[in-house]
Amino acid sequence: LATGPLAFADAQAVVGSFIGRLFLFGWTFALFYHLANGIRHLVWDTGYGFDLDVAQKTGHAVPIVAGCLTLLTWIIGYSAM
Amino acid sequence: MSLKTPLGPVRGLGSARSGTRHWWMQRVTAVALLPLTLWFVFSVISHAGAEYGEMAIWLATPFNAILMLLLIAATFHHLQLGLQVVVEDYIHGEAAKVAVMLVIKLASVALAVAAAFAVLKVAFTA
Repeated sequence: LATGPLAFADAQAVVGSFIGRLFLFGWTFALFYHLANGIRHLVWDTGYGFDLDVAQKTGHAVPIVAGCLTLLTWIIGYSAM
Repeated sequence: MSLKTPLGPVRGLGSARSGTRHWWMQRVTAVALLPLTLWFVFSVISHAGAEYGEMAIWLATPFNAILMLLLIAATFHHLQLGLQVVVEDYIHGEAAKVAVMLVIKLASVALAVAAAFAVLKVAFTA
């Protein structure tokens, strides 16, 4: 964006390509997974959630939440276009 | 009864010298990043397919530019702290550890400044 409209157009072309979107999708999931697991860690910092059954439940919840947020983001993105 | 030997306070609080600050800053940046990242993702997807001009105006708005700068600062600090822990845990050998740490710290500062510069350039010239 800072370099100017031509550079912006090039960047858009790369990111908007099929492979670019594939990478972007994977990156979105990685971002939300990191975010969800990060919240799990912050909750652990308060001392809660270390019992095995709770830890397993939150452990399962993290990738599911991440996946849902990813899909939600991409659905909203495509509908905004 | 404290288990610490008297050596710690003498030698500067132990080998890390500032362990808890690192840990705490990681949590502070993480908490800051939660709303900032969600704001950023939401902003990007609501502008999907937008033109250059529209994006430039969006970023030039003071509110967005400031949040973007905060996101950059928090992200690169969080990144640098996190990678530092990875290096401390998994890279053995003092020389390799120091070298990789230096690269990580310097590169994250350089990239953060570059990103901030880009934001400011758009904010002041768009």
